[in-house]
Amino acid sequence: MSNIVEMLHITKDFPGIRANDDITLQVEERSIHALLGENGAGKSTLMSILFGLYQPDAGTIRIRGKEVKVSDPNVATALGIGMVHQHFKLVHNFTVTENIILGMEPRKGLLVDMRTAEQKVEDISKLYGLAVDPRSKIEEISVSMQQRVEILKMLYRDAEILIFDEPTAVLTPQEIHELMQIMRRLVEEGKTILLITHKLKEIKEVADVCSVLRRGKLVGTVPVADTDEERMAEMMVGRQVSFHVQKTLAKPGDVLLRVEGLNVKNQKGVLGVKNLSLSVRAGEILGLCGIDGNGQTELVQAITGLTKVESGRIFLRDIDITHLSIKERSDLGLGHIPEDRQKHGLVLDFTLGENFIIHNYYKEPFAHWGILNKKAILENAQRLIKEFDVRSGQGAITPARAMSGGNQQKAIVAREIDRSPDVFIVVQPTRGLDVGAIEYIHKRIIGERDKNKAILLVSLELDEIMDLSDRIAVIYNGEIVGIVDAAETNENELGLMMSGALHKAQEAAQTGREPAHV
Amino acid sequence: MSTRKEKIVLPLIAVLLGFLLGSLIVILTGRSPISMYAAIIKGFSGIDIINGQPINTRYIGEFIIQAMPIILTGLSFAFASRTGLFSIGAEGQLMIGSISATAVALLVQAPKAIHLPLVLLAAIAGGALWGAIPGFLKARYNVHEVVVTIMMNYIALHFNNYVILNIFGSVDRVKTAPFPETALLKSPFLESITRNSRLNWGFIPVLIAVLIFSFIINKTTFGFSLRAVGYNKDAARYAGIKVNRNIIASMAIAGAFAGLAGGVITVGTFNFGRVIQAAEGYGFDGIAVALVGGSEATGILLAGLLFGGLKAAQPLMQSQGIPREIAGIIQASIVLFVAMKYGIKMVLDKFERKQVPTTEGERV
Repeated sequence: MSNIVEMLHITKDFPGIRANDDITLQVEERSIHALLGENGAGKSTLMSILFGLYQPDAGTIRIRGKEVKVSDPNVATALGIGMVHQHFKLVHNFTVTENIILGMEPRKGLLVDMRTAEQKVEDISKLYGLAVDPRSKIEEISVSMQQRVEILKMLYRDAEILIFDEPTAVLTPQEIHELMQIMRRLVEEGKTILLITHKLKEIKEVADVCSVLRRGKLVGTVPVADTDEERMAEMMVGRQVSFHVQKTLAKPGDVLLRVEGLNVKNQKGVLGVKNLSLSVRAGEILGLCGIDGNGQTELVQAITGLTKVESGRIFLRDIDITHLSIKERSDLGLGHIPEDRQKHGLVLDFTLGENFIIHNYYKEPFAHWGILNKKAILENAQRLIKEFDVRSGQGAITPARAMSGGNQQKAIVAREIDRSPDVFIVVQPTRGLDVGAIEYIHKRIIGERDKNKAILLVSLELDEIMDLSDRIAVIYNGEIVGIVDAAETNENELGLMMSGALHKAQEAAQTGREPAHV
Repeated sequence: MSTRKEKIVLPLIAVLLGFLLGSLIVILTGRSPISMYAAIIKGFSGIDIINGQPINTRYIGEFIIQAMPIILTGLSFAFASRTGLFSIGAEGQLMIGSISATAVALLVQAPKAIHLPLVLLAAIAGGALWGAIPGFLKARYNVHEVVVTIMMNYIALHFNNYVILNIFGSVDRVKTAPFPETALLKSPFLESITRNSRLNWGFIPVLIAVLIFSFIINKTTFGFSLRAVGYNKDAARYAGIKVNRNIIASMAIAGAFAGLAGGVITVGTFNFGRVIQAAEGYGFDGIAVALVGGSEATGILLAGLLFGGLKAAQPLMQSQGIPREIAGIIQASIVLFVAMKYGIKMVLDKFERKQVPTTEGERV
């Protein structure tokens, strides 16, 4: 078989950064070629060059053996290259078909020939087993269906080379499995797939070949069949990593966080959390898992005080904190690694050092009589930078904005773990981090547990939930549909609960469960 | 380019381009840019490069007089903007400062050591109060500060005139009776060294204000929380910072700076309370000064001096046969070029990269 895509000696500079350094990538026709690397390794840049979003500073691109210049995405589309972005680009109040034909509507006189379009969409959908209803509105269909609409958009435009940018980040395990099947089907029908990811398991499951990038350079390209996850991780990070979190059995103590009959409205003004109760004990990690958008955000924001509660109560130890201010909660020992690092986690125009003291800026040793102590702030920053390996151009005085996403995340985690709060709400602590950093942060979270802190871990990564948690609560549609022992459950059971197909809580209800002691 | 270097180089380039554009327009109108620069140099330093006369220090005094209020209104706008607020209210706060200063100057009788500080404090307090109102409305009811401050400028204007005419009783319907000597910033010494310019002790409170601005913003925990709110309200809230309280405090302090400007004008440049026909432009000049000065204390001081000098040079330009509006055009184009700083930066970056081939940098 021949190479359909050849990117030869590609170099791309951004001010001060070489994002791609002499990268050569050769992709065989009808294969799934994975692109693996840490955040900021240059995978997205490389694919954006292929898709015409960026121009390389050096190097050539050949498609089907012919040298081409992909000056913009329209050229890419004409060459048969399509891309599914991490964040979908769909018009929510349009139907599936309307979204797909947008920009190239088939006409009948002056009107859009919707019937022909719908028929064509349906045919393609059937051919690849996508099962998408061409007449549904985007806002009515699930995230995984929306992703399929993005795939259909590429296929409708006769794309032969399909780029997927971190496609599984928003999916449940079952949906991931289905996506993998769709990818294989696409290859069977003659397509070629480029898969950007940092999830090793997926590569092992679906890819034929894997190219690993590290800090802008190509480390190597290996056939997936001849390698294993450990070796790929080593190539990606540059050292050996252990995947499994070492931890002893939890010794739960008193209940430190208790939520009773909580109702919280979401941004749309409807209840995002419905009559929810749970409790977390000292010395345990309660994992909260669920598909994105099932009430996790609302629950966390209610506990931490970012959102008002409709009804219900929240207790920290035995203190009712339902109506306390954020600062009062924080002073009582509530800590929070926020979900949105750029919105809540960091002041991007502050330096790293300033970001480290954002909670405690007015306290000793950082301030005395209302005047900041630059030296103490600097020392604090240097300590955390070293302890958590936060990498930045100028150390403590680097503006947070100039740091890569992964290191921004590390900075937040460092700050919050360092405060060692009694009740710790941890949301997506390792989002976008490479395996090496994940390993360290997991160890520190377990360390906090072993210091008898109560930890509520919210994550979309099922592996993370299963590795760290002592108990796992599953949230679906704003309600806890079940709480299971982490040691006695599996991915399948959790997946079913996450999709609302299985209610573990039913058994509990029959035994007369009290909401306060789930 | 590092951000530090950027903060200095970009405004300088903007100033340069502003003068360049001004010269171009002068040439287009068929006049010599040399006489324009001669006027500007004279406005700043009193040096007459054309006729070679000895330095006339009067011009220096007058140029500082022009710069003082717009440095303060610049500080005012910048302080609010550091908290993420866009305050157009300096003009009105300045008027309230003026009327407060007038009231204390006329109604209180005390020795100078008490009377003068009291006058300035009244101006500061009046401006602060006037600034706190839009701050409160923003914090409590989320009413946009731009709308409120603009409207409050009109209220201030007519309030000022009403009080001057109806309470302090103006004989000529233009000004009040003169203030007692104890209320004035007037300095015979400063006048004598600047050939009877209007220069007065007002520059001392202005310099103190510059220092206080820098101290609050950079050194205090209060400034830290203000900046956090200004840069990212959500993150500040997440960290437990009281966002609303900071908004009100920031607007009040911004008002205090503008109020002081009103005080300095009233008991420094003038020595009577006066009817104001229409907005005098101190507020808008302040916005320009803050923008060019990058909302930093030193930058505002320098930008204020520059704009003050350009204002002072206007009559001189006219006497050289160059339309005085040219000075306005230079000011406006400097602001415009500062606003285009990203474009300038892009050009500079391109230029820099051509000079030195990029060495390998990695994103960490």
